[in-house]
Amino acid sequence: MIYRTAGQFKTTYASDQAIFPIVQDRVAVTLALTAAFVIPPALASEYWLQAVLIPLLVYALAALGLNLLTGYAGQLSLGTGGFMAVGAYSAFKLSTAFPHLDIVAVFLLAGLVAAGVGLLFGIPSLRIKGFYLAVATLAAQFFLLWLFNKVAWFVNYAPSGTITAPDREVLGVLVTGPNATAGARYVMALAFVAVFGLVAKNLVRGRLGRAWMAIRDRDIAAEIIGIRPLRTKLLAFGISSFYCGVAGAELVFLYLGSAETQAFDINISFLVLFMVIIGGLGSILGSFLGAAFIVLVPIFLTNAPHLVGLGLPVALQKQIELMVFGALIIFFLIVEPHGLARLWQITKEKLRLWPFPH
Amino acid sequence: MRVKLLLSVLLALAVAAGPLAAVAPAQDKSIFIPLLVYRTGPYAPSGIPIANGASDYFNLVNERDGGVNGVKIAFEECETQYDTKQGVECYERLKSRSPVLVNPYSTGITYQLIPKAPGDKVVIHSMGYGMTASADGRWFPWVFNFPMTYWSQASAFVKYVGQQEGGVEKLKGKKIAHIYHNSPYGREANPTLEELARKYGFELTLLAVDHPGQEQKSTWLQIRRLNPDWIFVSGWGVMNQVAVKEAAAIGYKMDHMVGNWWTGTEADVVPAGDGAKGYKSMTFHAPGANFKVHQDIFKHVYDKGKGAAKREAVGEVLYNRMAINAMLNVEAIRTAMTKSGNKPLTGEQVRWGFENLNLTEKRLEELGMKGMMRPLRVTCENHEGNGLALVQQWDGKKWNIVSDWMEPIREVVRPKLEAAAVEEAKKLGYTMRDCAKEK
Repeated sequence: MIYRTAGQFKTTYASDQAIFPIVQDRVAVTLALTAAFVIPPALASEYWLQAVLIPLLVYALAALGLNLLTGYAGQLSLGTGGFMAVGAYSAFKLSTAFPHLDIVAVFLLAGLVAAGVGLLFGIPSLRIKGFYLAVATLAAQFFLLWLFNKVAWFVNYAPSGTITAPDREVLGVLVTGPNATAGARYVMALAFVAVFGLVAKNLVRGRLGRAWMAIRDRDIAAEIIGIRPLRTKLLAFGISSFYCGVAGAELVFLYLGSAETQAFDINISFLVLFMVIIGGLGSILGSFLGAAFIVLVPIFLTNAPHLVGLGLPVALQKQIELMVFGALIIFFLIVEPHGLARLWQITKEKLRLWPFPH
Repeated sequence: MRVKLLLSVLLALAVAAGPLAAVAPAQDKSIFIPLLVYRTGPYAPSGIPIANGASDYFNLVNERDGGVNGVKIAFEECETQYDTKQGVECYERLKSRSPVLVNPYSTGITYQLIPKAPGDKVVIHSMGYGMTASADGRWFPWVFNFPMTYWSQASAFVKYVGQQEGGVEKLKGKKIAHIYHNSPYGREANPTLEELARKYGFELTLLAVDHPGQEQKSTWLQIRRLNPDWIFVSGWGVMNQVAVKEAAAIGYKMDHMVGNWWTGTEADVVPAGDGAKGYKSMTFHAPGANFKVHQDIFKHVYDKGKGAAKREAVGEVLYNRMAINAMLNVEAIRTAMTKSGNKPLTGEQVRWGFENLNLTEKRLEELGMKGMMRPLRVTCENHEGNGLALVQQWDGKKWNIVSDWMEPIREVVRPKLEAAAVEEAKKLGYTMRDCAKEK
């Protein structure tokens, strides 16, 4: 009833090409985004911001990046953790070498460095596909971490090998470093995700996104209709790595505060890949839903026994958590192989017909 | 279709309700200590005895003495799997119950918590691990790493090798290999070892082993080729037993292989069987369950069915270490109560207790820990206390102490440490406090 499109006519090209063609969607998204900017910093406890929402946003950005590459361009990658590490370490080097450089600029430059590295590791994608490419990107993951572990220059010769986020301000408010409030860091992360989410949405709707999807669906046909595979695939690697690089910088600067290469190990690559698969390959919304699933469900499962007053031993609880989480993933993929985004789409279609389904 | 709809609704609910469970329970009249434990994962062999030791000692204090001067200790475990991100989540979750101190038992997590401590007013006690530089209390008022740091430990190891070789001057030209966990923890000892190598003229080889440490074949191939005179190991969890097994497999002389104090518990040597005989490790306390405190633990905790471990696991090296750690926490709280009164304390009050902790031989005897560890005195400047190191050796059945208490080479360690403290504090934007004013 509420979700009715009757009477909404598209009379201009602009309205036909809008990101959210339905008025209700536009209103809902605007409200949600405003709420996201206002409510958590004002009301949420530090635990919520620091341990739940900030990692959620950081992972959402990384998932967005991988979704562009794997979901839209069809290039399977297991190097996400490595590219995130490039972003994090270059942000660290940049912010310590140029202390007066604006932190937003530092993040963007770190993204660019990651994009460059991504381009480099994207080159094999011209010759190899699918699982073979996944192995090539896996090499990126291992090589990059080895490099950051080995070369002390990347950590400014710190004996412990950790990188620490320095105090930096945006418009006079501390947003990074140990003295920044969780609220400020959250808003910073959200702003990045909001902007880059919008950019990604438009990218995939435009010429480049269509080229990516053409390559993904049938590369030979795409080449015949005039899409240049070299450019398109490399751009996918570059842009995806840019997103992952910024996410990596955020992981250290906004979430952890200090980190070592362990924070970017192969598990991160898998985790982000799971987010994309569970959320929905080739869907912007799916990146967010997948990140939410992977970040929130384990926390829910850890806390659930407390909620109902069950005092399980922690080791048992952890094992149960892992089992339930694994089972949930399998279950969801059987019920809906196209991910959570597809579930949402079905719900939306049903709502539009409701209460008179046919 | 209906199933899918139902599922999406359920999922949305679960996701929304997810972390709500972290709402704080009502505060009671007790002192809350969160325990970040890892009873699962690749580091569980080391994590389990630690978790048991903490739980048993705090239970002992509650059962035998009715708490610290009548104030009960409330503690809650949170599983981290030795994973930094999960550790931070645990810390943030348990923070709502206003903890006064935290023992991270992971150098990685300690590094994460150090910047948070001043704001949260929570004391970090990283006993013999964590950031070495934080031993300078003038820069790091909230962090304590007594009785000893990694750097002191590494220097004590070099001193021990010197003793065995018949004097430090004999170290010239000797080959020493350091096999370390490739993480901040493992790397921590490297600068000190390098400096001592320059000073005494031994040849140092650094060999990194990546997380989690199961794969060490290439490392041990290098050891074979190098054939070092001494091996120093900084491992943790599953890495330790693999290292000991590999050394036994290539027939390395086990009494020339010395682990640091995180590389020398029962779980590390038992899997290697007889091959591990003769293996040594550093420590700062005695092993075994033959102290009075253990009898108390059996009587007041295990006989009431509240024990966390199996009876025979009481007295393992890491179990004892955590029991000592818990004892130090309790004594610091007790010290704080002499100033602030016998009531639940704040983190700031407990911090004063840590900084004025003076654990005497007499007090150790009262606690039933005489001979188990050394007296200890913490000051504002020196958060490392004045700890001494020991060497223990595995005889195939149990650990035996084979050295005297050794003073680390403080004239090398302390200046380096103070310089590092300035460096680390600068990163965090700290200012130095004046200890003379705080007496």
